[in-house]
Amino acid sequence: MTPRIELRTSPHVVQGGSVEQIMLHVVLALLPIAAFSVWQYGLSALASLVTVTLACIGSERLFNRLAGKPGTLTDWSATITGLLLALSLPPAFPLWMGAVAGFVAIALGKALFGGIGYNVMNPALVGRAFVQAAFPVAITTWIPAFAPQRFSEFAPTTFTAPLMQPPDISAWAKQALDGFTGATPLASWKFDNVLTTPTDFLTGAVTASAGETSAILILLSGGYLAARGFLDWRIPAAILGSAALAALLFQWLDPARYPDPLFVLLSGGLMLGAVFMASDMATSPVTPKGVWIYGALIGVITVMIRYFGGLTEGVMYAILIGNALTPLIDQVTQPKLFGQTRGKRA
Amino acid sequence: MKQGIPFHLKPRSDESLFTPHPNGKRMFSFFHRHTFARGVHPDAHKSTAGSPIRRMPFASRMILPLAQHIGKPAVPLVRAGEEVVRGQPIAKADGFLSVPIHAPADGVIEAIELKASARGPWVESIVLRVYEASTQQVGWSQPCDIDNASPRDIIQAIQDSGMVGLGGATFPSHAKLTVPAEHKIHTLIVNGCECEPYLTCDHRLMLEYPADLMIGTRLAMRAIGAERAIIGVEDNKLDAVEAIRRCLPADGRITVQVVPTKYPQGAEKMLIKSLLGVEVPPGKLPMHVGVVVNNVGTLAQLGQLLPAGVGLTERVVTVTGPGINKPGDYWVPIGTPMRTVLEWAGVRDVDAREIILGGPMMGQAVASLDVPVTKGVSGILVFDKLHVEAERKIWPCIKCGECVKVCPMGLNPSMLGMLAARREYEAMGAAYHLGDCFECGCCTYVCPSHIPLVQQFRVAKGILRSKSA
Repeated sequence: MTPRIELRTSPHVVQGGSVEQIMLHVVLALLPIAAFSVWQYGLSALASLVTVTLACIGSERLFNRLAGKPGTLTDWSATITGLLLALSLPPAFPLWMGAVAGFVAIALGKALFGGIGYNVMNPALVGRAFVQAAFPVAITTWIPAFAPQRFSEFAPTTFTAPLMQPPDISAWAKQALDGFTGATPLASWKFDNVLTTPTDFLTGAVTASAGETSAILILLSGGYLAARGFLDWRIPAAILGSAALAALLFQWLDPARYPDPLFVLLSGGLMLGAVFMASDMATSPVTPKGVWIYGALIGVITVMIRYFGGLTEGVMYAILIGNALTPLIDQVTQPKLFGQTRGKRA
Repeated sequence: MKQGIPFHLKPRSDESLFTPHPNGKRMFSFFHRHTFARGVHPDAHKSTAGSPIRRMPFASRMILPLAQHIGKPAVPLVRAGEEVVRGQPIAKADGFLSVPIHAPADGVIEAIELKASARGPWVESIVLRVYEASTQQVGWSQPCDIDNASPRDIIQAIQDSGMVGLGGATFPSHAKLTVPAEHKIHTLIVNGCECEPYLTCDHRLMLEYPADLMIGTRLAMRAIGAERAIIGVEDNKLDAVEAIRRCLPADGRITVQVVPTKYPQGAEKMLIKSLLGVEVPPGKLPMHVGVVVNNVGTLAQLGQLLPAGVGLTERVVTVTGPGINKPGDYWVPIGTPMRTVLEWAGVRDVDAREIILGGPMMGQAVASLDVPVTKGVSGILVFDKLHVEAERKIWPCIKCGECVKVCPMGLNPSMLGMLAARREYEAMGAAYHLGDCFECGCCTYVCPSHIPLVQQFRVAKGILRSKSA
């Protein structure tokens, strides 16, 4: 009997999860949302999703090659970044700008820090923040949902020539769908004090970024991920809860001026951001207590920006601020050591 | 109950709520909160729990390392060529923190020389050639009137028996039961959790030797002056609970309590928390909260050995795993080479395999089949080619926080791992309580990035030790 004996260190059994598995499931959970977005906005949204995702994957590959690192595409994280980024952009965002956003997301948001796990902020949001600053007009140019010809023609902005500004599409949009104003629900509320009804939100008949309107799908997908342990449910719970509480407080203070909490939860990118972006593991706290603080901060900051800021939407900056505060939050919420009495630090 | 037990440590009055249900399911399990926080639930694989303990015959040659316990190695009492009988002391304790070693069989001392050990380095060992006619008869004993012995005499008798913590810690039992005068012990906790997957040796001992367990428990209670003893058993061993209940003495000073099956329930501090609701402070021993913890296997064996006045010459070992044909619990003479044990239990001939001493969570892989079964070996696991965990790609930490959610000590393994990668060992020890890690392996068990956290912590502890030395 001369067996080849393997020497391993304990523990000799493992649970069997892996980074690839987590990321793959996030991708799968994003697919229904992407599909809904395509059904809602048609060919333009599809082209944007594909272009942005490919830009992220290509950039990831490029930076791995430059750094001489083995490929990390199998971990699916670049795919997640691409999908999330595309879902957070206007459906008819010019494709070349989408590609820039994807490149910046991976370059500045991820590769600069050393790749997966080392990034400080959510790469998709870094990319979006960049194009928000670089292309302020394009990122607030919306197309109508459920336009009749959405599967037969692209929006005129989609194929804007690289380095060119997109054409004005207000005339095209008006002709595409009668009565289209080009304003998001948040903008309508902020500037015209017109509230979108919850029914419109739930059917998706609103003007928004590609993946923002399907609240039910987002919650279903998020629920699946949370149930499988691939997503910390505390983060969306804390964000949505604190945003609703803050909205409730303001509505109580001045019901005429401030909208109801349901509007706050359903409008803009809050749902998508809370479930899929803020919950990014690498950029959220690791301690159970810290996660609540992080989520609560994001929810409150979102409402503050929406109510008192110059922008109509604040989810992106709120999450980026939360990301930036994560190391600090982790630092002050270290778990209580077994046997240590409360309030006394050894 | 007498006055000596602090009020908050009184036995849980609601124990009757959680007594086992006749059909084996625990009633009101929803309300069952008496356990420690966090931890993991690995697959049990306790397939050997159903069959009785079998006896393994003597090997032709036994190897007895002089250091099978924590403390100073024993000092040989014999020379090469000397004949010994089963049970005869062949090495004596060297001071207080040391225990003697007894001959496991009749035979002749072949040599006292360096032999491979499970931990790697070669260690001074007594090699015994066993006579083919050697019988189970123990030819040497030192009976004492244990029923009327003083605590001091009991502790001396325990040291003379060569007993160590059989759960794997191998800390000399008499030293553990010697409590400094400033500590008053109110409770002896008997650890019957056996929370490691695969292992069933304690389970079988509880089933087959409950009377011996009672004798051993009573002796230990007398040695430390404890008023009561609580036997903690995980709820996947309710038949053992039933077997013990039938033997409990009428005076009610020994009770058995069911605790939830969760790893590492059998860690001393976790079990104290589960049974009494108190946490042993960092860096302190159970005796600081008035508790001493002993393993059921240790006490059951003491209950056999002390009244007869004989030494520890054999122990129950779970030999199991996918690579074993005849898995089961065996009485294995201490000193039996691993090769003999595995041949007897029928190892399947496959290419790659891993052989682990102890359980899969904290056990140690061995490099050589020539190492012997020593006092601390509770199990021998053989994983065949299919079951050895494939070499897994290690990703950077993605800060998912799973390790923080399972660490029973309330540490932050994620942070510790990142500090280890940056070699900031001082910060690990000072700011992140590395010293409180007892290497249970929960963090590594759940890590989706497959970072060998426990191994990093072992290395860091070693470096910190060598720096402070």
